[in-house]
Amino acid sequence: MRLRSRAPEAYVALLALAAALVLWQAASRGADWRTVGLLAALHLLAEWQFSNLWPTRVVLTLGSIVIMAALIIVGPLPSTLVALTSIVPPVHIPLVKRIFNASQAVLCTVAAGTAYVLLGGPVGPGFGPDAFPRVLLPVLAMQAVYVVCNALLLSVVVRLSSGVPMWGLLRGVLLPSAAGYVAYGLFGLLLAALWLGGLGGFSAVLLLLPLFIARWVFAQYAAEKEAYEATVRALVQAVETKDVYTRGHSERVAQGSVMTARGIGMRQDRIESLRYAALLHDLGKISVPTRILQKTSRLDDGEFAAVQLHPVRGVEMVRDIDFLDEARRGILHHHERVDGLGYPMGLRGNDIPEFARVIAVADAFDAMTTVRSYRGARSVDEARRELERGRGTQFDPAFVESFLVGLDRDGWEVPEPLAPAPRRPRRGGLDLSSADAATAEDGGRRGDPSSTYQPGLPGAPGEAQ
Amino acid sequence: MSTGPVVVVAIAAMTVIAGVATTSVNGLQEPAVALAFALFVAFGELARITLPGDRVQAPLGLAGALAYAFLWDVGNDPTTYSALQVVAVTSTGMLVGTLPHIAAGRAPALDSVSRRVLVIAFAAAVARPLIVGDSGATGKIPPWSGVGLLALVAALTLALDGVFAALLAVDRTQAPFRATMRNELTAMAGVGAAVGATGLLVALSAPVMGLWAIPILSVPLLLTQFSFRRYSGIRATYLQTIRSLSRVTELAGYTESGHARRVSRLGVSVGRDLGMDERALRDLEYAALMHDIGQLSLRDPIAGGATVMVAPDERRRIAELGGAVIRQTGVLDAVATAVERQAEPYRRPHVDDDAEVPLASRIIKVVNAYDDLVGGSLEIERTLDALERMRLGMAYEYDPRVIESLARVLSRTLE
Repeated sequence: MRLRSRAPEAYVALLALAAALVLWQAASRGADWRTVGLLAALHLLAEWQFSNLWPTRVVLTLGSIVIMAALIIVGPLPSTLVALTSIVPPVHIPLVKRIFNASQAVLCTVAAGTAYVLLGGPVGPGFGPDAFPRVLLPVLAMQAVYVVCNALLLSVVVRLSSGVPMWGLLRGVLLPSAAGYVAYGLFGLLLAALWLGGLGGFSAVLLLLPLFIARWVFAQYAAEKEAYEATVRALVQAVETKDVYTRGHSERVAQGSVMTARGIGMRQDRIESLRYAALLHDLGKISVPTRILQKTSRLDDGEFAAVQLHPVRGVEMVRDIDFLDEARRGILHHHERVDGLGYPMGLRGNDIPEFARVIAVADAFDAMTTVRSYRGARSVDEARRELERGRGTQFDPAFVESFLVGLDRDGWEVPEPLAPAPRRPRRGGLDLSSADAATAEDGGRRGDPSSTYQPGLPGAPGEAQ
Repeated sequence: MSTGPVVVVAIAAMTVIAGVATTSVNGLQEPAVALAFALFVAFGELARITLPGDRVQAPLGLAGALAYAFLWDVGNDPTTYSALQVVAVTSTGMLVGTLPHIAAGRAPALDSVSRRVLVIAFAAAVARPLIVGDSGATGKIPPWSGVGLLALVAALTLALDGVFAALLAVDRTQAPFRATMRNELTAMAGVGAAVGATGLLVALSAPVMGLWAIPILSVPLLLTQFSFRRYSGIRATYLQTIRSLSRVTELAGYTESGHARRVSRLGVSVGRDLGMDERALRDLEYAALMHDIGQLSLRDPIAGGATVMVAPDERRRIAELGGAVIRQTGVLDAVATAVERQAEPYRRPHVDDDAEVPLASRIIKVVNAYDDLVGGSLEIERTLDALERMRLGMAYEYDPRVIESLARVLSRTLE
């Protein structure tokens, strides 16, 4: 055990030793120090200022553009001195990781440079306008060697420290960004061409400026997106707190819907949209008069109509949010049933939008497993049986299937039961124990027609009416 | 109503006519290069983006036009065309690139195109004499001084674009010029720097790479543009969502229909009139939209939702509850503070001005009270009554600066 935990350090030490040898060679050969210094400063800037902004864990950073250019401008060995600056940023990384980063940068740089020179790539002043078409192959090869070397050395260290298999890691790192790597290689070439064409370091400023800005904007985008999501959640919660019995309901329905959608292999951007639909599905409830929602006896037609309006109200509310296109239909139809007995439009089977069918399952499940004003929470097993019973009548069987598979895999977090005892279930003609998964016989017209909402008085759980 | 855009479009149109006429009389120099750049600019115009605040931009088109103004050599062939040819070629490209937008039913955004025509005319007028006059052009990238000069011209050109944008914005909003200018320049700094760098790079690398410089150097700018597009997309969605969700209090019967939107629209006008910066305006807009969200925690809706009618303690409690809800987001602290403090008077006894109360809160306090009194009515008499009633409250409740600004904004919109 102890031996295994030391393996990553030993590996890093080995890499560092090899890198030190290369660097010693580079330093003793001598080079155009002014150019190397300028490139090193540029590399440092690119790595330091912007390395933490890249959203995914790619091997390539903007700094690698500078390395590619350095290989063309000053050649393999001096370029390792440029790569060495990887040891500095970012400030908060532990020393071992920094040594690893710098060692791998140095070794991969020398490997990539060697490949470039072997394939006949011109270095320094030998690079001119006439070199243009035939220089492309060495450049692409150099870039490929650099990326593969990087990914290899990295996957070994991950394998040693966490036991993740190497091949999967390699594939995960290399494949998704292949096009990006080629683009970065070309930028390196461009930088070198302008540099050697007489512009020197100024070309780097001009070339990297748009890239820096692109990244900066991307980081802003990512931050804004996160802020957006946090805001939607907080506002939905604020609306929910009016009713203690549905606190956290939207959030759980969103989780359940995403779980179902993953199970059927829905596309990632649609899952995102579905999640918002699920988060916002009950927003329209705010417009149903509290008097009606609190009523425990059977609703008359007028009252029932008022409750049935809530999906429509919900959609009206989010009407002006452009990106919620498909989500809007999910919100509008989340109380439809596949047998056509739901509301507001009584759609049947596949006429019901997919989002609505997914949300309906998670919505009913969460309603059943939480405390309501008129009954206690049912167990997960009971709720599961209820979902199975509703297959093909209330719910789309495929989505019930996917939801239940997800349930077995991920489990379900049932919220803390509320302190005051729920009201006694009403006896008599109606069996409210199955009110949530309202069955076909009565068309869902039970005392709890909205299936997920039966509030107590605002802020006063269980208080008498 | 506003004459600004008309004037700008008219001047731009005259410039274009002068350019096209002169060029057709003198003949087109280096037609292949001209065609390539016209296509480049047209493509850039086609790929327009809208930055937050409805700012229509064509970064790639502007960069292409700038590059054409700066071009002194293409693949070891020195260029000889004049500034007027630059205007003719680039404006043709811009107009061609605008046609598909019109065909697709989008706004042609002629004022934005005109701005680009004019700033490119400026860039060409400065740069072309320097380049064409220098007959010793050899195809080498010119020494530092030349590049530095072109960089300076690029920076001035983009700043000029900012000035035009600010003039048009002032014409539309009547806000103070200096604040508007600052807002326009900050809003465009990022994309402007990318545009200037790309334009310069295309011109600099054309001697070596020939026309291949255009596609190769467009890639980084296209990436930038893509990022900007996504960023403004999420910003727009954010605003739409807050606007939509601000209606929960209306649907629940707590507030009058349209109240939050009216307060935010009028509030932002007042904020702009008082010279607030972009960030603060956005926080103000969000805070104004959500200022009544604390009412969700009330057991019974206030009659008509008008918080101006309830006791100060109750008003303060609603404000604090609302602030707490917004603070839950973890990202809108300034908005939460503005909502929390909206019920507080701008000053206390013996304190002339309570610096703790943010400007956004003062604006919301005033505009909210105004809307409660007027209720969306546009009648001059009710407006004047409301203003009069609020002026009486200036001693302690309402910040006189805000009231005066509100009066200015109202007099502009009502007459």
